[in-house]
Amino acid sequence: MNSEDNSDKATILLMGLRRGGKSSICKVVFHNMQPLDTLYLESTSNPTMEHFSTLIDLAVMELPGQLNYFEPNYDSERLFKSVGALVYVIDSQDEYMNALTNFAIIVEYAYKVNPDINIEVLIHKVDGLSEDFKVDTQRDIMQRTGEELLELGLDGVQVSFYLTSIFDHSIYEAFSRIVQKLVPELPFLENMLDNLVQHSKIEKCFLFDINSKIYVSTDSSPVDIVTYETCAEFVDVTIDLHDLYKIQGTEGAVTDSTSKKPPLEVKGVSALNNGVVIYLRQMIRGLALVALIRPDDTDVESCLTVVDYNVDIFKKGLEQVWAHARITSPEGK
Amino acid sequence: MSSNNRKKLLLMGRSGSGKSSMRSIIFSNYSAFDTRRLGATIDVEHSHLRFLGNMTLNLWDCGGQDVFMENYFSQQKDHIFQMVQVLIHVFDVESQEVIKDIEIFTKALKQLKKYSPDAKIFVLLHKMDLVQRDKRQELFQIMMSKLQETSSAYGFPDLVGFPTSIWDESLYKAWSQIICSLIPNMATYQSNLKKLKSVMGAREIILFEKTTFLVICSSNTMSGELLDPKRFEKISNIMKNFKQSSMKLKSSFKTLVLNNTIYVSELSSNMMCFIVLNHSDDPKDLILENIKKAKAHFQ
Repeated sequence: MNSEDNSDKATILLMGLRRGGKSSICKVVFHNMQPLDTLYLESTSNPTMEHFSTLIDLAVMELPGQLNYFEPNYDSERLFKSVGALVYVIDSQDEYMNALTNFAIIVEYAYKVNPDINIEVLIHKVDGLSEDFKVDTQRDIMQRTGEELLELGLDGVQVSFYLTSIFDHSIYEAFSRIVQKLVPELPFLENMLDNLVQHSKIEKCFLFDINSKIYVSTDSSPVDIVTYETCAEFVDVTIDLHDLYKIQGTEGAVTDSTSKKPPLEVKGVSALNNGVVIYLRQMIRGLALVALIRPDDTDVESCLTVVDYNVDIFKKGLEQVWAHARITSPEGK
Repeated sequence: MSSNNRKKLLLMGRSGSGKSSMRSIIFSNYSAFDTRRLGATIDVEHSHLRFLGNMTLNLWDCGGQDVFMENYFSQQKDHIFQMVQVLIHVFDVESQEVIKDIEIFTKALKQLKKYSPDAKIFVLLHKMDLVQRDKRQELFQIMMSKLQETSSAYGFPDLVGFPTSIWDESLYKAWSQIICSLIPNMATYQSNLKKLKSVMGAREIILFEKTTFLVICSSNTMSGELLDPKRFEKISNIMKNFKQSSMKLKSSFKTLVLNNTIYVSELSSNMMCFIVLNHSDDPKDLILENIKKAKAHFQ
């Protein structure tokens, strides 16, 4: 079971020159490490895998930067064939010409082996740059990569660029988009969320992975980074408060029936003074739905009842989609 | 009466020990990360904070460079040390000159003895995050026994000390206790809270000040239950983060209901209550009604 699973897991390959911030990204996103603590990370010398399961099973593989990957051996061919996305990290505060050359070579190889691969570039460590400089850097990098790829005769390759930093939420946003490209059920999810939004006075909703704060899907209205941050922080607040009183509760009853009871579903509702309601419900597989609701002039309680009812249906839908995905994924391969 | 409600707090300690950082985090909604932008405090920075409606805290943040320090103990001594309710002395655990730190502490005590002998003294061993975890307790003990000795010699026998760090919840614990020592009608709050707890059949009720989210009092005095002993500070920390993130939506937070067992709500214009119920099946309306009724008793 396990060996089969590995092959059809969506894998993300995280590459870049040395000291570009690859391990830091992994630690911050998947292990909730404080960004400042990543200053003390050692250099990674062996490829490392992070397994991460939400709606889809995902693996993030980090390759050490100093290895010479443009001497493709057999192993890397198999590797590139098995991955869904290639994420290349460019340090924006360093001289990036080398990185771009390296990137072009990697893309050339990856594209030859696996034309379906998604290619993503993180223009990383932008927290230290001023707003103007960010835009300049991005434009410069985009243009130069375009030229490099054109030289190699690969001008058709789709490359997406993201400006990221581990000190704010931009890295989560970028990872969310990258992961979303790998979720085959994404159009359905988006549709379902759109339906939910339309019928429940919801302004914006996200489907979060609770541990990593990556959002697997959202409705089709544009994502505002501030809304995203607030929702991500609300996940933290509810989970932290919930844990504070839950753990003690089970400690008292640890001998009798902790295993019998199904784990309690977390639900948090918070009203703000301007009338906005933030709503969180736990969904399947470590996901949580977080929504911003604007009840406008209707009664908050009745609005919430409608939301509750709709979310129940949404959850059932999610369960069905997932059950379906479970059966078909081995055959679909 | 009104003058009695003005409390003068002296925040002292040597330069770089983290005094202004503390003040900014507790009273000005800074995050720990933001405090690196603070510069040196020049002379004394005053801040006036209204706390629980009728109480005013005058916080004197005294810049800690030697030049200013000398000045406090000579020319300005009557100005600085008169009518002091609380002295909060901050020690940097990483300091190289511990002897000198203590010397300044004794100088301050000497002046206090003369000008306001019934002041309360608190010491904070700050930047504890820089010490290895297993050595923290030991270091704290050594330092406290030394300080205790010094302060007793100057007629302040009951010294209270806290290990603190801006990177965790220990800061809230320390400041909660400091501020609580200034609240006059604590007993009323406590008894009202007990009553409310029995009326609601709650597992625990905690009362917070609204702007700073410092704990005022809680219903569980004996704490026979197996609850996390650090939960107050953790809640302060979590709620404060949430308050900040709700500010991004250009609003402030009003209520929070979690799993129908945890209710966080405004209790008066300057207090928040945090109620944990035993059961999740009590009707929500009933609980909200109870909270509404309770408001009258906490004005």
